[in-house]
Amino acid sequence: MSQSQPERRYTRLSGLEPLTITPELGFVNVGERTNVTGSARFKRLIAEEKYDEAVEVALEQVENGAQIIDVNMDEGLLDSEQAMTDFLNLIMAEPDIARVPIMVDSSKWSVIEAGLKCLQGKGIVNSISLKEGEEQFLDQARKIRRYGAAVIVMAFDETGQADNAERMVECLSRAHRLLVDEIGFPPEDIIFDPNIFPVATGMEEHNNYSMEFIEATRELKKRFPHCHISGGVSNMSFSFRGNNPVREAMHSVFLYHAMQAGMDMGIVNAGQLAVYDDIDPELRELVEDVVLNRRDDATERLLEAADKYKGDGQKQEKDEAWREKPVAERLKYALVKGIDKYVIDDTEEARQQHDTALEVIEGPLMDGMNYVGDLFGAGKMFLPQVVKSARVMKKAVAHLVPYLEKEKKVGEKKGSVLLATVKGDVHDIGKNIVGVVLACNGFDVHDLGVMVPADRILDEAEKHDVDMVGLSGLITPSLDEMVTVAEAMRKRGMDLPLLIGGATTSRAHTALKIDPAYEAPVVWVKDASRAVDVVRKLASRTHRPNYAADIAADYEEFRERHANRKKRKPLIPIEAARDKAFEIDWSAYTPNRPLKPGLNVIDDWPLEDLVEVIDWTPFFQTWELAGRYPDILDDEVVGEAATSLFDDAQDMLKRIVDEKWLQPKAVCALLPAARDGDDILLYTDESRETVLERMVCLRQQADKPSANLCLADYVAPADSGVEDWAGLFAVTTGHGIEEARQKLPDNDDYAGILLQALADRLAEALAEALHAKVRRELWGYAPDENLSNQELIKETYRGIRPAPGYPACPDHSEKTKLFDLLDAPGNIGLELTESFAMHPAAAVSGYYFGHPESKYFVVGKIGRDQLEDYARRKEIPLERAQKYLRPILED
Amino acid sequence: MTRDTWHDPKRVDALRDALAERILLLDGAMGTMIQAEVLDEDDFRGERFADHEDDLKGNNDLLVLTRPELIKRIHKEFLEVGCDFIETNTFNANRISQADYSLEELAEELNFEAAKLARAACDEAEAATPTRPRFVVGTLGPTNRTASISPDVSNPGYRAVTFDDLVSTYSEAIRGLLDGGADLLMVETIFDTLNAKAAIFAIEQEFDRRGARWPVLISGTITDASGRTLSGQTPEAFYHSVRHAEPFGVGFNCALGADQLKKHIEDLARVAECLVSAHPNAGLPNEFGEYDQTPAQMAEIVRTYAEDGLINIIGGCCGTTPAHLDAIREAVEPFPPRKLETKKAA
Repeated sequence: MSQSQPERRYTRLSGLEPLTITPELGFVNVGERTNVTGSARFKRLIAEEKYDEAVEVALEQVENGAQIIDVNMDEGLLDSEQAMTDFLNLIMAEPDIARVPIMVDSSKWSVIEAGLKCLQGKGIVNSISLKEGEEQFLDQARKIRRYGAAVIVMAFDETGQADNAERMVECLSRAHRLLVDEIGFPPEDIIFDPNIFPVATGMEEHNNYSMEFIEATRELKKRFPHCHISGGVSNMSFSFRGNNPVREAMHSVFLYHAMQAGMDMGIVNAGQLAVYDDIDPELRELVEDVVLNRRDDATERLLEAADKYKGDGQKQEKDEAWREKPVAERLKYALVKGIDKYVIDDTEEARQQHDTALEVIEGPLMDGMNYVGDLFGAGKMFLPQVVKSARVMKKAVAHLVPYLEKEKKVGEKKGSVLLATVKGDVHDIGKNIVGVVLACNGFDVHDLGVMVPADRILDEAEKHDVDMVGLSGLITPSLDEMVTVAEAMRKRGMDLPLLIGGATTSRAHTALKIDPAYEAPVVWVKDASRAVDVVRKLASRTHRPNYAADIAADYEEFRERHANRKKRKPLIPIEAARDKAFEIDWSAYTPNRPLKPGLNVIDDWPLEDLVEVIDWTPFFQTWELAGRYPDILDDEVVGEAATSLFDDAQDMLKRIVDEKWLQPKAVCALLPAARDGDDILLYTDESRETVLERMVCLRQQADKPSANLCLADYVAPADSGVEDWAGLFAVTTGHGIEEARQKLPDNDDYAGILLQALADRLAEALAEALHAKVRRELWGYAPDENLSNQELIKETYRGIRPAPGYPACPDHSEKTKLFDLLDAPGNIGLELTESFAMHPAAAVSGYYFGHPESKYFVVGKIGRDQLEDYARRKEIPLERAQKYLRPILED
Repeated sequence: MTRDTWHDPKRVDALRDALAERILLLDGAMGTMIQAEVLDEDDFRGERFADHEDDLKGNNDLLVLTRPELIKRIHKEFLEVGCDFIETNTFNANRISQADYSLEELAEELNFEAAKLARAACDEAEAATPTRPRFVVGTLGPTNRTASISPDVSNPGYRAVTFDDLVSTYSEAIRGLLDGGADLLMVETIFDTLNAKAAIFAIEQEFDRRGARWPVLISGTITDASGRTLSGQTPEAFYHSVRHAEPFGVGFNCALGADQLKKHIEDLARVAECLVSAHPNAGLPNEFGEYDQTPAQMAEIVRTYAEDGLINIIGGCCGTTPAHLDAIREAVEPFPPRKLETKKAA
């Protein structure tokens, strides 16, 4: 344990902050003004339910130095329990008041209990006594202990209130014994109130009351050093009501002497305690005579002199320097401090300085709230303070609402927004601010509050026919709940935009988790200041499609980047990757010698044969219809559109075939081949002496348990003794498409796109059909293969036909070699543009690999080492290689 | 009944002996472990609630009825890495929280069954190593309402829940936990101290009714960078507010990682006259609300707690798995527990 372990038992109280009563603290001031029995003003405020001003009284006490606040609601006409609860709940929401402990003051036990149920800190009960006997006394003390409070015990027993030192000490000593010995009440949590009675009343028997108190204090402090002595000080000067200077002097003198005897706590008017040494010496002398009961004529002498000192003393003024600042700064100050006293005046002043009321909100008020947000983020404000700021903001906005209404154009309805804090979350400050700001901007806001289950959000959204839904949450489980809401909206087939906001929400979470769960626009709103812009765009019929598309694209990009980042394990060196090449046991493999080696050209492939081989699923993707063919035709959402499109396609396809609009052409070459590192050598003839061309391939460099693949791995190396083969091909169905276009009605974009899409599909079908012909007849390694269209589409056959520019061989420029070897321009009229695009566009070209274990793969990112090696092998400058391979270069 | 009238004095002695000897290990995050199972709606419903009208997915406390073997297995996984305390799966097993699922009537049953499950898991572990007692900690969560903060910003005096509501809610849960065999009670993840004070009130009332006491642990939550509870209290003010419970231990858990939590534990250790506990999260959540801190990273920070003599009980909150607890156990093992010197007045 650290050295600062308390060495004795100190009273440890708390509000939001701790109050430990150590000897160094000296005297503890308990503010007395929030007492309906002692303050006429406070009583009137409570009776008239002017709670704002009543709270102000409590704040003044703390600002004037009260370390504890005494609250008393004992007034016959009040529902005291309710008034105690209401008032305490209110001041608990004021961090500048709630920071100090509360003294719950009542002569009614039920009121005390009501008060204790409102205190999160450790307060004090004022008071209990033996008036009704030991049993009730102990019962109440036990409960106080259970509520976690300290207690003031008044010197009152079955025989009455103690009014002399001896009785005071006797009564309180008995109470102490009962509390400590009978029920284990901690002595440091016991505070004695021996009774402070009025003096100078004119009744001789009252003259010694102060001295009795001081004597009792001295004795009690000696007997019970852990306990404290307190009392209601103002009571003693009761007979000088209306003469505050004299009363203050009396209190000050009384405390001066009582404190020396051991009084260490007192209920006082914290703002009006005169300093003992500052009291006019003549007055002090007169007062001291009264308090210490030094002369028989002390009362008369003080009464005679009293009028001289009448008149109000110095008035307490709080530090109001901030009121001198410009209005924008005053508003900011009021928001940060949560002061609503001048906010309406200041808001009005700001309004007159601005063109519109809206400018006041979006200018100084939002600036202030943003500053509050910054302070909270930095830990310089805590939640209850922020709540207060939000409240001041609301007041300011409420003042502006009538002006905002006027500014709004008549009959204009901008749109409606439903707001809710999701289930499981109680935080709503941000959401409330958003609500206010949106309402100020002319949107209808339906705020469902906090802890709202998904179903209710959806029901209400439908009921109110809102234009969008905004979800808010602060705690992390709310993130999942927001996904749940998005999924529920999708299940209901809703298409309302969904806005996401709150401290733990993020663009990342929205993009990765919420957006994919719901088709309609999902937009993360960073803070309240962005809400208006987002809502305005989404509510606008003209802006929404573009804006939604921008956001969707942004999230998609984010998702891609995230997926890449997740994968970003360092690459392995190319040499290491080569060591992990895919290994084929060449001794167990005998390649088929092609039945028709060399070049094969088929320049009149029958169109009708291709129709049945078409893979329709990508066709629908071209039209952004998601789903697999043929199921897509019956899809609930897109089925109708898909069917209509499919029918149109069938009609056009029939014309293409019947009227021979397109002329399918194909060329392929099957050549002797051998692997040479990551290259494939193609030979001029079967002597394998002259290299016709070197095809340069790329190898995976990802750090992974399986092999690092390269297309070259699928070809036997020369030194394996196996004589292997590889193929090249190019096909096109684009010839005739320009002429066909002329036959379509002018300006019919739809038919034009449909034609191109069908030509593309036919080219793919031709590539598939040619591949089948190669396997069965030309190469002939699968002469008996008999696959259905579905099996063809699923590529269940032996061998692959990867195309340059696609994931297994991402370098488009390798097409140059392929086109040269095939003489594609000469044989089938297929050209290559400068950027390696094929013309006509409805075309496919690639390689054939026949080994049963060959399969498609993704090269993925490659390192600089492979890039340099690749440039060398390909005999091109590094810069050019870099240009070709930029998309797959490691960052 | 005095403050030393224990329900099971031998058990309390065993606890005290163990605490005098070493830093004891509280378990880790039940919620994280359940999340890793990726359960669906049917798992939560089981047969008994197949036709229940509300969605039940996410009601982790219900799993003690519908997937008891899973909850027990998780308890055992924590016991296997050396945890001395097993917390019952009852964070939201109270009338107020369960009302979200229209299951408020289950409150007492959930607590009873959860305590029985934890009891069975601890008893089995103890049977295997009889010299090492394992304790069931009956967990009382904060509920999802705040007794001293208004949920309505325009009406600061409003309260969504009263002290009396909370007392009766907690009483129900406490009965279930004690009947089910809990060795201790822990009021935890306290974001509003008034809620905790209601729990303490209910605990004392229940002890009175039973004529005996159980050890009590109290653990608050420092929610944000301000270094205060959600309801605005500083660590020391929080301690002052719950000290009347004469807890066996006070501490903080959740919301922060071990790194951020440390200075608040120091504040507490400076003033606490009882044991000090900590069960931080595995770091701060990332953008997806997941916890990334590895067992080794977390253990490295927690080791400094033990090194500085701050703690008697250490465990894990959100994101901590048996692997985290295993690493933490190893990290704190070489160090003695925080010492409780009862200095008398000079």
